[in-house]
Amino acid sequence: MHSGHAQVAHHFPSVRAQFEAGKLGMWIFLATEILLFGGLFCAYAVYRANHPEVFIYAHRYLDKVLGGINTAVLILSSFTMAWAVRAAQLSQSQRLVRLLAATIACGFVFLGIKYVEYEHKWKEGLLWGKRFKPTHQERVVEKDVPPPRPLTDVNPEERSTLPLPAPPPAGLARPEESTPVGGVVPKNVQIFFSVYFLMTGLHGLHVIAGMIVLTWMLWRARQGEFSAAYFTPVDLAGLYWHLVDLIWIYLFPLLYLIH
Amino acid sequence: MSVPVGNALHQDNYLTHGKGWKSWLFTLDHKRIGVMYLISILASFLLGGVFALLVRMELWTPQRTIMDANTYNQMFTLHGAAMIFLFIIPGIPAALGNFILPLMLGAKDVAFPRLNLLSYYLWVVGAVFALVSIITGAVDTGWTFYTPYSTTTNTSVISITFGVFILGFSSIFTGINFIVSIHKLRPPTMTWFKMPLFLWSLYGTALIQILATPVLGITLLLLLAERALGVGIFDPALGGDPVLFQHFFWFYSHPAVYIMILPAMGIISELVATFSHRHIFGYKFIAMSSIAIAVISFLVWGHHMFVSGQSNLANLIFSILTFLVAIPSAVKVFNWVATMYKGEVELATPMLYALAFLFLFGIGGLTGLFLGALATDVHLTDTYFVVAHFHYTMFGGTAIAFFGGLFYWWPKITGRMYREKWARMAAFLIFIGFNTAFLAQFIMGAQGMPRRYYNYLPEFAPYHKVSTIGAFVLAVGFVLAAATLLHSLYAGELAPANPWGAATLEWHTSSPPPHENFETQPVPGDPYDVDQWVYDAAAGGYVLAPAGASGGRA
Repeated sequence: MHSGHAQVAHHFPSVRAQFEAGKLGMWIFLATEILLFGGLFCAYAVYRANHPEVFIYAHRYLDKVLGGINTAVLILSSFTMAWAVRAAQLSQSQRLVRLLAATIACGFVFLGIKYVEYEHKWKEGLLWGKRFKPTHQERVVEKDVPPPRPLTDVNPEERSTLPLPAPPPAGLARPEESTPVGGVVPKNVQIFFSVYFLMTGLHGLHVIAGMIVLTWMLWRARQGEFSAAYFTPVDLAGLYWHLVDLIWIYLFPLLYLIH
Repeated sequence: MSVPVGNALHQDNYLTHGKGWKSWLFTLDHKRIGVMYLISILASFLLGGVFALLVRMELWTPQRTIMDANTYNQMFTLHGAAMIFLFIIPGIPAALGNFILPLMLGAKDVAFPRLNLLSYYLWVVGAVFALVSIITGAVDTGWTFYTPYSTTTNTSVISITFGVFILGFSSIFTGINFIVSIHKLRPPTMTWFKMPLFLWSLYGTALIQILATPVLGITLLLLLAERALGVGIFDPALGGDPVLFQHFFWFYSHPAVYIMILPAMGIISELVATFSHRHIFGYKFIAMSSIAIAVISFLVWGHHMFVSGQSNLANLIFSILTFLVAIPSAVKVFNWVATMYKGEVELATPMLYALAFLFLFGIGGLTGLFLGALATDVHLTDTYFVVAHFHYTMFGGTAIAFFGGLFYWWPKITGRMYREKWARMAAFLIFIGFNTAFLAQFIMGAQGMPRRYYNYLPEFAPYHKVSTIGAFVLAVGFVLAAATLLHSLYAGELAPANPWGAATLEWHTSSPPPHENFETQPVPGDPYDVDQWVYDAAAGGYVLAPAGASGGRA
């Protein structure tokens, strides 16, 4: 982490000790990253438990195909990254440079697709919290479900931590018979999009950070710094990249594949 | 093995190795980084202390005394935020720990020196963000930033929370550095159970730092997103839940109080053993209790939320788990007392702080049981009783141990001895002032005086007056302590390598240590085998007893 060259820093007894220290430090850092996302996963769990109908209703606005392609792209990038580490260990500098470039390219593809998805949400007004102003709600409603009844909501006991909703005006009182959950537009749909944008946004920032690190590795690899004798930075950057991929592999089913 | 007997001030040491401000600002030497941390942290302590005195002055009368209500809200928020995030959390690990940890390991540096320097500058950047908020609209939410108030107040919440977020990264990097250093730089002959107890406590602290701080990070990011973008995660109007903020916040901030107290307990273990001139009693129990406290600390956050509307079952479980913390804490206290029993207790300044710690932390710990019990807690929630309990553990515990450690390692850090008489006087004033200030708060809290109030019922005025007087006695004590230390820099006697007769490795090198820490690599043995050191009047300190001779105190 702190040694730019193959030499051993003065306070380590050997190259091996230095490599192991770097590796341990990186694993601990990855643990902190998982805990950082852990807060968001926890928020996801709480809100999905409190508003299951919102998550089932709103996830249909996400594009499973684009999300699936992005998952494949990231898995491919993990493969090229792992191969890059191997190339560094075998002193194949030409191959290392190409594989790092391929990994970075995958990162750009991922971000590009993510941009398309975000732009679509932006145009539809499917944004977080107070920016949530859907424009095309009837499109889905027409196809799959009966017309929306905005004031219908779930049994209040399922949302124990929230205040009870105010009673609707007399003329708009909800029907006595409860309709199937899929058939109505639930309240608080924006909470799903808040969680969606927070989770994918923070993950996107991590992808960008990973690409910056990999670009730095690419630059150093072109200088010929890495070889079988010294490949610690590539190894550590690889660990970080795999973690970023792994988080997406959890995000994809949790957000896109709820049904 | 040769041990330097005199001082190294005239030779090459870490203070003279490299000249000019650049040699400090870009240093990778853990000792210099520790010193820079020490200066910054003491400056924060001064700042937080001034805010505290302003708060106490305002509370002198039941109505307005020196400031309006809004300013008062800002003052107690800044006092809390500066003391917690800038002083107590980084205090012992980043300042004293940075200096001492590699020396105790017999190593040349921490595992990642660049990361260490980065963590210092992150601290500086975080502190700047936090302090900029004073100019752009000082925050009036209290240091806990509870929603929904923190998302609706028009003060600079974004600036201060972003500052605290950055400070969190600084703390995480210190934690990573310490864990890796202890795992990978420990000499082969120093097994886990031959580590000094200060290192055990720093290890436990680092575990909490890396496991809890990221959760604070995401909490503050959510708060920032809530304020800047309106994501509604904590806003009931948008389907969010403000109590979730409290869960997230305390999931970090309860373990964080152990980030504060654990290293303090480590210092006390060193002080009690050294100044009782006796092998520490119950080494393994003290070491393991550090880890036990670190583990339990993650399971008790809900005791901050007994009145937040969480379920009765959750309250019950959190209450039981809270009582569990008392066990490892008491294990430590009893072992310290047992170490002193039949020892030759020497009432040097650091030991006075250690004894003060035992007394004050005892009160702080026992009043914690009142607050952990559900029925009494409902009565005491948000009263001065909580304020007093918190100050007895955090100030009477952590800050007192920090100053004990500072006086203990001062000769090692600076190479100078301070005036013992002045330092004892200062310790005495601090002890008296502290108890005057905070015992009164226990009484008025139990009688129902709420915390954070600007106006209060006149019947509480006498207690507030006593508390304010105590705060000023405390301040005088600290001014005297600071004067003693500053005076020693210019006029103090040169320090011997081992002025106290301690056996841990940092005393095997000269005071101050050379750039590479040790002239000859020390051989770690039992870190509490104090009997191998004898007092040598010619050297002015302790030296290793010649082979065959019986050591011990002269």
